[in-house]
Amino acid sequence: MRFTPNSDTVVQAMLDSIGLQNLEQLFDDIPAQVQMQRPLDLPGEMSEMELHSLLTGLAGKNKPAAEHPCFLGAGAYDSYIPAALDQLLLRSEFYTSYTPYQPEISQGILQGIFEYQTMICQLTELDVSNASLYDGASALAEACTLAAVHTRKKMVIVPETVHPEYRQVLETYAMSGYYEPVFVPCPHGIMDLEQVADLVKDQAAALVVQHPNFFGHLEPMGSVADLIHQAGGLLIMVVDPVSLAVLKPPGAWGADIAVGEGQPLGNTLSFGGPYLGFMAVTRQLMRKIPGRIVGQTTDVEGRPGFVLTLQAREQHIRRDKASSNICSNQALNAMAAAIYLTLLGPRGLKDTALRCHELAVYAQRQLEEAGFPLLYKQPFFREFVVETPDAAAINSRLLEQGIIGGLAVDQGMLLAFTEKRTRQDIDRLVAAFKGE
Amino acid sequence: MSRLIFEKSRPASNKMNIPPAEVGQVDMTETIGEYLRQGELPLPDVNEVETVRHFTALSKRAYGVDDGLYPLGSCTMKYNPKIDEWAARLPGLAGLHPYQPLETVQGALQIMYETSQWLCEITGMDEFSLQPAAGAHGELTGVMMIKAYHTQRGDTGRTTMLVPDSAHGTNPATAHVVGYKVEEVKSDARGLVDLEDLKSKLGPHVAGLMLTNPNTLGLFEEDILEMSQLVHDSGGLLYYDGANLNAIVGVARPGDMGFDVVHVNLHKTFGTPHGGGGPGSGPVGVKKHLAPYLPVPRVEKNADQYVFNYDYPQSIGKVKEFYGNFGVVVKAYTYMRALGGAGLKEASQHAVLNANYVKTNLQGTYHIPFDRLCKHEFIVTAKEQMDSSKVSTLDIAKSLLDYGYHPPTIYFPLIVREAMMIEPPESESRERLDDFIAAMQDIADQAVKNPDLVKNAPHYTVVRRLDEVKAARNPVVRWEEAIDV
Ligand SMILES: Cc1ncc(COP(=O)(O)O)c(C=O)c1O
Repeated sequence: MRFTPNSDTVVQAMLDSIGLQNLEQLFDDIPAQVQMQRPLDLPGEMSEMELHSLLTGLAGKNKPAAEHPCFLGAGAYDSYIPAALDQLLLRSEFYTSYTPYQPEISQGILQGIFEYQTMICQLTELDVSNASLYDGASALAEACTLAAVHTRKKMVIVPETVHPEYRQVLETYAMSGYYEPVFVPCPHGIMDLEQVADLVKDQAAALVVQHPNFFGHLEPMGSVADLIHQAGGLLIMVVDPVSLAVLKPPGAWGADIAVGEGQPLGNTLSFGGPYLGFMAVTRQLMRKIPGRIVGQTTDVEGRPGFVLTLQAREQHIRRDKASSNICSNQALNAMAAAIYLTLLGPRGLKDTALRCHELAVYAQRQLEEAGFPLLYKQPFFREFVVETPDAAAINSRLLEQGIIGGLAVDQGMLLAFTEKRTRQDIDRLVAAFKGE
Repeated sequence: MSRLIFEKSRPASNKMNIPPAEVGQVDMTETIGEYLRQGELPLPDVNEVETVRHFTALSKRAYGVDDGLYPLGSCTMKYNPKIDEWAARLPGLAGLHPYQPLETVQGALQIMYETSQWLCEITGMDEFSLQPAAGAHGELTGVMMIKAYHTQRGDTGRTTMLVPDSAHGTNPATAHVVGYKVEEVKSDARGLVDLEDLKSKLGPHVAGLMLTNPNTLGLFEEDILEMSQLVHDSGGLLYYDGANLNAIVGVARPGDMGFDVVHVNLHKTFGTPHGGGGPGSGPVGVKKHLAPYLPVPRVEKNADQYVFNYDYPQSIGKVKEFYGNFGVVVKAYTYMRALGGAGLKEASQHAVLNANYVKTNLQGTYHIPFDRLCKHEFIVTAKEQMDSSKVSTLDIAKSLLDYGYHPPTIYFPLIVREAMMIEPPESESRERLDDFIAAMQDIADQAVKNPDLVKNAPHYTVVRRLDEVKAARNPVVRWEEAIDV
């Protein structure tokens, strides 16, 4: 199956018209020593029918979480995606276009991103959102760079209640030299405020708080904004966007930057990607935020329209002075998030969050009754860690029954509850814990 | 502008129904009261039918490859096969959670493993990681590996990264964010890296050279073997920006040219859609000596089982959550399997043929600064139109909008004045190319006869030229409810 429309005859005619005999001559400028002297050692062409069965077969070797009761979360959530969403995403003007460099024929994409930016601001109660970053983890790394550039300090305080993969990405990106992460142990499943306060002093460029944190717990947010602001640093919050339907948003806690994984907003699990990182900041940080931003303006006739704006921040203008190198982002995933939020609306998103919370609370109570208490006695939203020494055994028992269990963590199992779970799923989960 | 979705919001019009869990009432004010949001959630409240119409209307104000020729240079806007979209949406792939037990994701791991193997063969590298999310992310990963390599050898004096003056902005930006000083290497009259300038800039302070080949002028760097020798002799490494790989698949391989690390853009060469600005995928390949630094986990095959291996102590770590943009990898895998080895080579041949065909046919109409065999793209300029009637590249690009085309990449690379970079990929038929050539000739005619027509283009788009200065001076980057005074 090939997608080259020109027949051999046409190809020959085109070659003739440019004065060449054959296709090989098109590559005469490539020195013979670097030309391949053999064909690629790869299988041959496949028909669409053959491809169809190849891919169906490969997909069939998997057992998708989205089609089984699944209690995995930890940064990727098996949410319900309304049917209308994918049909809109398949509008090929959206998915087969490039970054909207030519605004006059890209108004639809630009407007969609502008609406996405607004919705992210509405959820986070911050002033300015970019058009997306690669994922939650790299968004956090970019946020730390931003904080370091803004405060001209380097230390970034990161409690170990932040998702371990986010911390790993943060460490890798620290090679830039912009910031230096300091990780704070958290033996009680929430950040240790005393240790954080000790560290903050004057040195800190930022304090990072994931809320709800990796374990699903709500962090003691009370006065952390004051704590870090008094030290001249910024508060960076990592948030689950679905939780923001019911939880006090980062802006209200005094955060300067909110980042997070936007996957739960209508993006399929897709084995970890493509997802989207979102980032929103206060007005003060607007000209330092990384990535694309869409702004509203007018055309020569005074009609309103949209363009990519504030580009002086970006790699194609600043080149070796840019503090982020991002170019393509996750635009279609951001479009999905905007469509999802519109399809659900304020009530739908709140009911979704409520349902997740209800299921989590129910599960926690049932497990506690069955002799499996919380590992940490902390308030939670839709995820928690239940204490058990044999998460692995329980998970295999669950798998035998066609259920995908939780994530094994030190001394326990991290369980997540999306709105797709039912009471019946949870009763089966509890039974498996009991050895049934 | 269509009305914004927020202006279409009407209280209680969205009837999406998420039922409560049947688990007895849970009162959030009791469970998590002190953490609750105060006040209303200010999202738009719109019924499903109006939501569908809204986003459908937006799609009609956009332009994709499915609408027509999209000769955006450096971006490889080829056809995105529909079977790829279908494949990535298979529930057995789209529905996988990244932390599922390995025995439940063997098919997914097989796709990742085989994609890496195909990419190794195509590029001549030894190992691949699929973790980076886009080209620039691949650059970041690759340059971090270069840094880790030098550091672990105790070779810490290498603080400079070289990039050609024709390089894409992400190259110098990447080197900078990995902590390197950036030095530019000049291009010569041929449009290729100036070897003498390169020699003068190499030394024990240089970590490496980042290069695109064919370069951003669409020209093959003929001296690549000599350059690679020079860079390696001085102890540096060679980085390959794979944005232009579509020119040479099956013909030449970066690995055989001496590159130590490469990234490829699955969203260019391997047919995955650009999504209006992503998601892409930027796998990174290395030669053996850099393999220890690849991100973890790596997908490996033990007997009949595919596994994730995290046990690489020298790895730079992770650059992304989980394993990369898997859904994009599925599309690229499907694409590569469809074409097969010979089909992939044919695609590159036809891409280069199309570019040379259009270039030849624009000769005499537009100034062609490097008039020689090009690869998959080439540069023309508006030099003559500027000189004779002050019609600029921007004007020509905007005029093309009126002819129903997406314009080429403009004002890039920076070293050519009034540049237009034209890339007509292999999926375009001769008829399409002829129509485009005719439009370009027509615009050149108009630039002489009626320059104001071109200077004021576009005339027929939903909005006309937009005021970018105003957008940046007075940024309106979100909708806000009008406050009644
Ligand atoms: C030469 C070159 N390098 C790097 C990039 C960046 O790739 P991406 O947008 O996938 O990050 C591009 C994209 O346009 C490019 O053309």
